[in-house]
Amino acid sequence: MENTRQKEKQKKYEKYVKEVTPTHCLPLNMLKAFFTGGIICVIGQVILNFAKAQGLDADMAGTWCSVILVLFSVILTGLNIYPKIGKFGGAGSLVPITGFANSVAAPAIEYKAEGQVFGIGCKIFTIAGPVILYGIMSSWILGLIYFLLKIMGVMA
Amino acid sequence: MKQEITQQLTGSASIAFTKPVYVISCASVVGKKEGEGPLGNDFDLICEDPMFGSDTWEAAESTMQKEAAALSIGKAGLAPSDIRMAFAGDLLAQTSASSFGIAGMGIPFYGLFGACSTMGESLSLAAMSVAAGYGDHILCATSSHFASAEKEFRFPLGYGNQRPLSATWTVTGSGACVIGNKPPSEKIPGKTAPLLVKNGCVKVTGITTGKLVDYGLKDSLNMGACMAPAACDTIYQNLCDFDRKPSDYDRILTGDLGVVGKRILLDLLNEKGIGIEKQHQDCGLLIYDGETQDTHSGGSGCGCAAAVLAAYILPRIASGEWKRILFVPTGALLSKTSFNEGEPIPGIAHGVVLEHMEV
Repeated sequence: MENTRQKEKQKKYEKYVKEVTPTHCLPLNMLKAFFTGGIICVIGQVILNFAKAQGLDADMAGTWCSVILVLFSVILTGLNIYPKIGKFGGAGSLVPITGFANSVAAPAIEYKAEGQVFGIGCKIFTIAGPVILYGIMSSWILGLIYFLLKIMGVMA
Repeated sequence: MKQEITQQLTGSASIAFTKPVYVISCASVVGKKEGEGPLGNDFDLICEDPMFGSDTWEAAESTMQKEAAALSIGKAGLAPSDIRMAFAGDLLAQTSASSFGIAGMGIPFYGLFGACSTMGESLSLAAMSVAAGYGDHILCATSSHFASAEKEFRFPLGYGNQRPLSATWTVTGSGACVIGNKPPSEKIPGKTAPLLVKNGCVKVTGITTGKLVDYGLKDSLNMGACMAPAACDTIYQNLCDFDRKPSDYDRILTGDLGVVGKRILLDLLNEKGIGIEKQHQDCGLLIYDGETQDTHSGGSGCGCAAAVLAAYILPRIASGEWKRILFVPTGALLSKTSFNEGEPIPGIAHGVVLEHMEV
């Protein structure tokens, strides 16, 4: 009885806090994310087209595109410019490969003071780690499904 | 008149000191952003270098706290060997900024953790010790550093993310003061700068020890909402214990509730039939200009309340502009582990009554 009353009180407070807490304007944030992400992707497309124009095949051009975008992101992180892009663009700068590079470069810079092994070594993937782990795991599961469907003759 | 009353307890959680407890001197050291804020001219030292000449953020914070402590001791015309003990704290794990900062000075040391309420905790314990006769001069110091706090509680600085509007900005700053049983002695120009304006000084006349208050909130980026119930509880307790009305205080200053927390505090107290709109100010809202400095809900960290106390509050009490104030630093007692394990974030607030006195 006492417990449920307390829970009710907590819920009431949570609701009240939600009411008085200001939030970012969602449509505006989505617009900013759209443009930031869009610009990063356009730059990627330019690199890709340029690489293809130089006579590289699609796979090789894609690799060059990723590598160059990652390099740019790491340099911008080192110059403390990427956090500003992130603050403006939100998910628009977080989701593309540049956001991933930023999430690896930032801990590397921050934890350098704690040493090569226990600092950079242990903590470089503190943000990207979950993405890598669950990314590999989900691709493994998808692979398994693909394999089973192939055995059953559903897919070629 | 009754002399030498041994019983100093009042109400259920407060102490009214019958022995004199004075704030002899105070000092504040802050970073560049705080220096550019509305209180920029009031701080003793503004360091443009966020590293404070050190190699790491943690060492920078230690240096900053040591600097504030040394300044405060020097302003009182004392040497570190005159200080009987120090109560110091910060936000880092194992309060390492304080221990490394104060360690080199050779002062007997108590490390405290009360999150952003630590200055209130430190002042309370120092005042109690002085009133009890355990020390003639006791040092209180706390600090916080934006970069070391981000690293400790959130993300590396270089990581690009968005902060919600309810989030506060950790103050890079440290405040320190020396508490003693005698009023500050006269200023020696060029040598000392005690907390004495004409003949006015600051006395600690009472404290209200805060309880942990937990309303079950789990949002670590809305600390104001986590701490406001604790501030409400302590202010209410203080008014009951001392049998005072809000108008008995010229100001009631909370630590770092920010825009969101302030609103909630005023609402919660109004529910209890107490209005403090006229008296209330928040250190987190005083230290930054929310319009231009992009600090969202306001400043936070245990350096916030401490630096504002030393730079803004104490001088105004000493000058007699304010006769009596209630200083209520607020803290959110969470750790990274407790947060990840889904525990709620309890708040705490310690009340310290500071009064103007002519010597």
